[in-house]
Amino acid sequence: MSEVIVITSGKGGVGKTTTTANVGTGLAKEGKKVVLIDTDIGLRNLDVVMGLENRIVYNLVDVVEGNCRLKQALIKDKKYPNLFLLPSAQTRDKTSVNPEQMKKLVDDLRQDFDYVILDCPAGIEQGFQNAISGADHALIVTTPEVSAIRDADRIIGLLEASEIHKIDLVINRIRMDMVNRGDMLSKEDVLDILAIDLIGVVPDDENIVISTNQGEPLVGSDTPAGKAYSNICRRIMGENVPFMEITGPTFFQKLANVFKK
Amino acid sequence: MGVFDGFFKKKSSGEVAKDRLKLLLVSDRSNCSPETMELIKNDIIKVISKYMEIDSDGLDIQITQNHDESEGPALYANIPIRELKK
Repeated sequence: MSEVIVITSGKGGVGKTTTTANVGTGLAKEGKKVVLIDTDIGLRNLDVVMGLENRIVYNLVDVVEGNCRLKQALIKDKKYPNLFLLPSAQTRDKTSVNPEQMKKLVDDLRQDFDYVILDCPAGIEQGFQNAISGADHALIVTTPEVSAIRDADRIIGLLEASEIHKIDLVINRIRMDMVNRGDMLSKEDVLDILAIDLIGVVPDDENIVISTNQGEPLVGSDTPAGKAYSNICRRIMGENVPFMEITGPTFFQKLANVFKK
Repeated sequence: MGVFDGFFKKKSSGEVAKDRLKLLLVSDRSNCSPETMELIKNDIIKVISKYMEIDSDGLDIQITQNHDESEGPALYANIPIRELKK
């Protein structure tokens, strides 16, 4: 059974593309056949994060318009022969593709892959509608900030209106030192507000910047973010992986905070 | 809520964020446009004015979370009374 997962957030810059690259690579590492689709037409980025920007010949719009066959546009990953990327078009805009065309494309890919993962553009306009049109499952990426959570809430409403009910949350860039001193929303706070299922908590980790610089997703590496992404992949595959225990402030930390005020 | 919150009223910025978000999402989810709110406000002024003189400029209405969160959203109206009509 193949699954089509859309990675979305509403707000830009919260880590959708990084999450797509790492989740896709992580699932491929587990032996699954995976295709990643960059649906952000006009602002393509997933190719760069994956380190595949030099191999692009055809793109999503070429496939939809029939300029090439689907197989010709799929780029094989450098490391994993069972991982493919369908890049977006850089010189076109979001109206070049419509939701019906996307749905058909995704349904074609379902035949050959275990996971079809769509990297959604920011916003709630046509690009978003295109990305979600064929999805069975949505991962919402948010950071523990008021603006990102507000947009995530709006996205949850729109997904439910589009009959996508399997929705899971990824809390990205959490800083435990700030949570412990009460200056950042905790995992529990975010879940309390959004009331959806949690599938992963990714700590703020400078290794992400390094991995993006190099164009090599860090999933599975011995880094805080690498481990968090591996856990997300295992949960997507249905494994019950416990969440790393994140502790609140201890009595002495609270006492110390009181004297700081 | 921390142990010392009763003595030291200052909220942490995380708590401030959570409170702001809760209010924000209630009004976002209610889908009530500013125009609708304005219409509701005018109607409230009309009705209450039959019985008492109110300060219509000071009137404030908003959709917020009920104090008891299980009860869902509530419409709060703060209506300053100038004079009770006899």
